[in-house]
Amino acid sequence: MTDVATVPDRASVGRIFRALLLRDIYVARRELPYFLVRTTLQPLMFIVVFGALLPRMGFVRANYGSALLPGVLAVGLAFSSVQSVALPMVQDFGWTREIEDRLLAPVPMQLIVIEKVVVGIVQGLIAALFILPVARLIMGPIPALSVSNFGLVLLVTLLSASAFSTLGLLMGTAISPQQIGLMFSVIVAPMIFFGCAYYPWQALAVAPVIKYAVLINPLVYVAEGMRAVLTPDLPHMPLAAVMLALIAITALFWTLGFRSFTKRAIS
Amino acid sequence: MALQGLDLEVNEGEFFGLLGPNGAGKTTCIGIMTTRVRATSGTAIVAGADVRTEDVAVRQRIGVVPQRPNPDRSLNVRENLVFHAAYFGIPRETASARAVELLEQLGIGDRGESKVDQLSGGQQQRLMIARALIHEPRILFLDEPTVGLDPQARHALWDILRDQHSRGRTIVMTTHYMEEADRLCERVAIVDHGRLLTLGTTAALKAEAPGGTLVELTLDGAAAAVAEAVRSAPGVLRAEAAGNVLRVFSERGGEVIEPLLRAAQTHGRAVQNIHLSPPSLETLFISLTGRKLD
Repeated sequence: MTDVATVPDRASVGRIFRALLLRDIYVARRELPYFLVRTTLQPLMFIVVFGALLPRMGFVRANYGSALLPGVLAVGLAFSSVQSVALPMVQDFGWTREIEDRLLAPVPMQLIVIEKVVVGIVQGLIAALFILPVARLIMGPIPALSVSNFGLVLLVTLLSASAFSTLGLLMGTAISPQQIGLMFSVIVAPMIFFGCAYYPWQALAVAPVIKYAVLINPLVYVAEGMRAVLTPDLPHMPLAAVMLALIAITALFWTLGFRSFTKRAIS
Repeated sequence: MALQGLDLEVNEGEFFGLLGPNGAGKTTCIGIMTTRVRATSGTAIVAGADVRTEDVAVRQRIGVVPQRPNPDRSLNVRENLVFHAAYFGIPRETASARAVELLEQLGIGDRGESKVDQLSGGQQQRLMIARALIHEPRILFLDEPTVGLDPQARHALWDILRDQHSRGRTIVMTTHYMEEADRLCERVAIVDHGRLLTLGTTAALKAEAPGGTLVELTLDGAAAAVAEAVRSAPGVLRAEAAGNVLRVFSERGGEVIEPLLRAAQTHGRAVQNIHLSPPSLETLFISLTGRKLD
């Protein structure tokens, strides 16, 4: 005997998704200043030193900023997405399992996980929107910068944020809370240094082994994708290859992340 | 904890208790029924829906009070309720009104704007009950809801549960407190090691207890020989040994104590302690498992 009347229809699934999203936005909004500091301080310092000070001192060429900006944006975007998903997950699955009240919602678990990823994407976008104008202010005019392909910029940004939100899902569920600090120094730091954030991928021709080894680093595709759409006249990977890679990375991290979430959520 | 052949049926509107010691499989059982633990085999139907294939429908119809309060600490008390209702598709205005009403009913009406961490253990447990009720579930599941509460908070919680039951709510509760099961539940299933030991109304179960009073003598050595000796003594229904403890069920209650003391003496044992328990779920449990509940 199934009481069909109480099974939520599609409309109320949408409503429940909105409620889950509202909760996370409500909580995140209170922490917005901390969020912006956490995710943008490091890229902004980089811009000050490498984009403004070093060129003036004559240690790097004046146009280094053009190579740097897309990479800095990539780092800010990618890691705000990762952190926005991974860090709350630690509390969600922590000692008292606060996520339990959402796991009891009458929706398939995929919906709860998708919502988490969407929140990560939104926060990545906010970080990017914050960094870009500030960077432009600090560095002054960047000759090669073009935002005429706004649609493509948005598409690359969304794909990049998706790739790193799903990575956050995997990290937040697969890594124990005690090791979350270690995660940032062991995984995140190398990812940034070998992520082609501060130099274009083609320039790695000086070290062929490293050039091909870094291809396993998801950040490479975010940085190169940003170059392709923001500074299209400078060397960058083909945009189509970048997009394909970002889609593949998102699919992989989603599969692994969802499996890991399920393992944590249901015993 | 593995469950083995635990077959149960709970009627609509019933107050049902799962009674057993810690580690008996009660929490696993609740976890399976609330779709939070996946059963490797067997079936469970909750409010007409299969927990394995219709988990969404099951969650729609149940409210769950966990063993350890797990509120959303990023939200205050009222927000916990309003957001939880929203996860069930209930509009904000309806949820807000209901939250006020429930908090009032549960005696924490003045704590709506408090942070969750400012609540006492008992108040947090009430918040959990309010959360479980905000979407008007057909069945309320509670997992050891009174563990860690002081006696006053426990009695207050009992009143709340009786009230919910009198409103026609089906309640399934686990507990390892005999008294709790006895006072609240209409029917009780006694479980241990994942198996159902017995099932019935509290009155029927008490009648099932091996008649009479349980007399327990703690000796200064193994009680086996003494148990053997007193088994056929007048008034003794049953006698067994558990290490140094001699357990005798007797129709005559205290009258058997003297012969028991003599028998112990004859076997060179000194009696260190004597304990008498009238027939109860407790004595039934001991007779079924040979050990105490907690």
